[in-house]
Amino acid sequence: MIDICLFCNQPPTRYWERTEEDGKNDGKKQKEGDNNEQTPQQNNTRTKKGGNGRSIYPFPGSAPVPEEKLKKFRRGVKGELPPRPQYKLRDVVIRSEAASDLAQKQNARYDLMLPEDAGFLEGDEDEDTCTISQDDIVDAVDITAGAKYFNLTLSQFGPYRLDYSKTGRHLLLGGRRGHVTCLDWQSKQLMCEMNVMETVNDVKWLHSEALFAVAQKKWLYIYDNKGIELHCIRKFNDVLRMQFLPYHFLLATASATGFLQYLDVSVGKEVVAICTKAGRLDVMAHNPHNAIIHLGHSNGTVTLWTPNQREPLVKMLCHQGGVRSVAVDKTGTYMVTSGMDKKLKVYDIRAYRPLQSYFLPAGASCLSLSQRGLLSAATGDIVQVYRDVWGIPVTKPYMAHRAKGSVWGVHFCPFEDVLGVGHGEGFTSMVVPGAGEPNFDGLDANPYRSAKQRQEWEVKALLEKIQPELIGLDPSQLSQVDHSTWEQRHEDRVQVLGFDPLAKEKFTPRLKTKGRSSSGKVEKRKKQVAHEDQRDVIRQTVEDRMKIDKERKEKEKKKAAAAGQKSALDRFRK
Amino acid sequence: QHLPALTALSPFPEFPYFIHIHAMKVKVLSRNPDDYVRETKLDIQRVPRNYDPSLHPFEVPREYTRALNATKLERVFAKPFLASLDGHRDGVNCMAKHPKSLSTMLSGSCDGEVVWNLTKRECVRTLQAHEGFVRGMVVRFCGTSFFTVGDDKTIKQWKMETPGYGEEEEPLNTILGKSVFTSIDHHQKEGVFVTCGQQVDIWDEQRSSPIRSFSWGVDSFSCVRFNPVETELLASCASDRSIVLYDMREATPLKKVIMNMRSNTLCWNPMEAYNFTCSNEDYNLYTYDMRYLDKPFTVHMDHVSAVLDVDYSPTGKEFVSASFDKTIRIFPKDSGHSREVYHTKRMQHVISIKWSSDNKYILSASDEMNIRLWKANAAEKLGLLAPREKAAVNYSQKLKEKFQHHPQIRRISHHRHLPKSIYSQTKELRVMKEARRRKERNVRKHSKPGSMPVVTEKEKHVVTVVK
Repeated sequence: MIDICLFCNQPPTRYWERTEEDGKNDGKKQKEGDNNEQTPQQNNTRTKKGGNGRSIYPFPGSAPVPEEKLKKFRRGVKGELPPRPQYKLRDVVIRSEAASDLAQKQNARYDLMLPEDAGFLEGDEDEDTCTISQDDIVDAVDITAGAKYFNLTLSQFGPYRLDYSKTGRHLLLGGRRGHVTCLDWQSKQLMCEMNVMETVNDVKWLHSEALFAVAQKKWLYIYDNKGIELHCIRKFNDVLRMQFLPYHFLLATASATGFLQYLDVSVGKEVVAICTKAGRLDVMAHNPHNAIIHLGHSNGTVTLWTPNQREPLVKMLCHQGGVRSVAVDKTGTYMVTSGMDKKLKVYDIRAYRPLQSYFLPAGASCLSLSQRGLLSAATGDIVQVYRDVWGIPVTKPYMAHRAKGSVWGVHFCPFEDVLGVGHGEGFTSMVVPGAGEPNFDGLDANPYRSAKQRQEWEVKALLEKIQPELIGLDPSQLSQVDHSTWEQRHEDRVQVLGFDPLAKEKFTPRLKTKGRSSSGKVEKRKKQVAHEDQRDVIRQTVEDRMKIDKERKEKEKKKAAAAGQKSALDRFRK
Repeated sequence: QHLPALTALSPFPEFPYFIHIHAMKVKVLSRNPDDYVRETKLDIQRVPRNYDPSLHPFEVPREYTRALNATKLERVFAKPFLASLDGHRDGVNCMAKHPKSLSTMLSGSCDGEVVWNLTKRECVRTLQAHEGFVRGMVVRFCGTSFFTVGDDKTIKQWKMETPGYGEEEEPLNTILGKSVFTSIDHHQKEGVFVTCGQQVDIWDEQRSSPIRSFSWGVDSFSCVRFNPVETELLASCASDRSIVLYDMREATPLKKVIMNMRSNTLCWNPMEAYNFTCSNEDYNLYTYDMRYLDKPFTVHMDHVSAVLDVDYSPTGKEFVSASFDKTIRIFPKDSGHSREVYHTKRMQHVISIKWSSDNKYILSASDEMNIRLWKANAAEKLGLLAPREKAAVNYSQKLKEKFQHHPQIRRISHHRHLPKSIYSQTKELRVMKEARRRKERNVRKHSKPGSMPVVTEKEKHVVTVVK
């Protein structure tokens, strides 16, 4: 993006924004040009057909940034500036706000230049996209994209669970009957393959593709990518499900005995073991936005956990009957659950409010959400992909695919339009256009990183490992002002000093000469100031009340509109 | 076989994977690895960025962790002591900066010797300037000569150049005064200098008697300084606990402020030259606005003994003070407490202190015949920094600033090891102060409302202002 503000200091205007006024000015300038009275500034302004016949430069000023792009990079809300007497603080706030505005603008500009666009799939006018088969898609796209649809027939040791690494390059498969394998799924290069000769409950990559954890029949094991057993962790027994929190280096496990345990994989220590007292835990998800663990229970509740609290943060009754699967979206806004009551429900987990409820005839056994918000739900041997389930109610799936066996695990591949499906007969990699984030960040998760880059990333990531104590519902709380502590400290200070150093000085009217300072007049002036203050308060409250009233009225109106048709009894309503 | 015709209809023929079949439109992410990996091993790695906040979760906790690490590393790398310049055979009494050369510094000791030091850390020239103490010295603004005053009641002007082989060390000029001089300072632009002793004298370089003398009451002066910006203004510290301001063009002093205790030295802020800071015998430093002397606008506390000298950094944002308690402290100009304290086992009472003109070093002269060279910023890396290194330093600096009030970071960044005597004395002083405050509060509580007004710390130390 080139800043083209060389010739003028005006706000950016575009040639299509030109109005008649400009035309008039042109005419004027022409005259001036004839009279040789042009000011230097006018000389600098390029005119469309000026006196000298120069043409206008159509793109003055820096290019505008679209508002929605700016909104994407907005962090927090601007507060009020501190009052003028606190000029130092005011100055600091003004400067830092200017800096953050600039950063926001630059980010938004950079966003316009990102190289890749997201994928999509659109059918004919009367064609449902869910009827389009994988083969049709493969035929339509280029060879490298087409190669992302493939089947691995592994009928002996299934059904399979799977996990993609953080960069999306590596795939880890764990067969129920002990088959564990990891591979670079794009080049189809096998990294290791083995049979652990035990039941495998779950598999999970750790922070990089060099280590993975396998929850086996009894203990939790950690292997490296050559398949060498590094650790057998006997503190973690009967693990059914695992989640890895990449920025905290924590492996959270849920066990058949009802324990939720956290393992710090950077130092190899158990952080905390929480007895959930909720029986067998085989439904688990984590919120990528705030690293909170969601557990689904057989009584239909979903509970939210942090390592800092022995009780659940939140307990939500989501289903009648047991919860079968839970998924949370990338921004931490939505949670999707499916239950034994054959329902699929969408919740807003900031407000703990149900948004949508769908009925699936067979019920969904596994759920997964992609980076761009596609939802995959497995019912028996069919995998359905839904788009935008939290918006307007969805009636048809976006895509559907029948796997060879009953589905055991689904997982979207990060940064790719691929959905991995583990089932009884092996593994299917399915192409789902529009699933993955098209532009990755090279310093966070780079699918094309070299070994050296990975090593450097690992060191950096370990250095900025977030301590488990910082996990909470709002991850940005650390940057907010702790008002209660401040008030406490202020009280202590007042106690020590014996007076309030921040107290507002009482208004004392100045002694005016020439007979205006009689005691009556002084009293009057004092009252005037007091009234002025009071008036401000009153004005504010009245405004607030009016605002609330207006909102309430609008809401009622909407409600009335939503209530729909006029009934016959409406005529009696006032 | 109908494919080519339909492809031609496509609005984006440049995308090979974007084709209409049965009027179905599909695009699947398909990256060309050539766009993401380097071409040859000689190139640097490509790092495509996407600043989307949703791809960077836990922004605040990660920044906090970085800030915490940066704070810890800062304490690890805080090694401020650089060198000790030894060679004097008596306590060093005064120092002077060279206005033109960063690497030159002058020092005067109690046995009348003037030693030159270079940042090669060696003495370049030694001369016997006075008999008895060298009380003050100053380099002329052009840097070609310098003046010294001593206990032998003389002012001597010396050439900066080393005399050639066989030449004698002789002053350019010698003035014999009537009384002992205690301090000297030179005008910023003209050939005028000022000395103080029993009165403040303004001298022309060409004459052997002062062109003007000021005295206000019977007292002796300990320090006199020219204002660096309003060059005709002067300030001096007198032994009757006052700080006096003068205008060189007027016959009488401007005004003075009398404080509870005597001020030893003062220094003008080089950037906001209406402010000056004085080092006081009551363990504090006071920053005054020249225009409003009735109360200092900041009281800088932390020393546990008399403060002997003070010097501003050339940026005017910080100053350094030397104290009888054997420590040096660095204060931000508007903060009541120091941000840094330097001490070593062998350093005795620090008598003189200077902040180098490049804002990077501090020189301290102490009783035990040594001059010490310190870094002004204890954890700073010296030498050239690579651009990425510089960027990293700036980034961590900003992070530390952002999270400075978090208790853990605050604790680590504020922690300083202190010698036992100073540590216990600080504690004792705190207890005493707290007791005094408590008593005052109790007296106020049990007396008639309004009869015991609240006197702030700033107002406490000023007795009166005389005009």
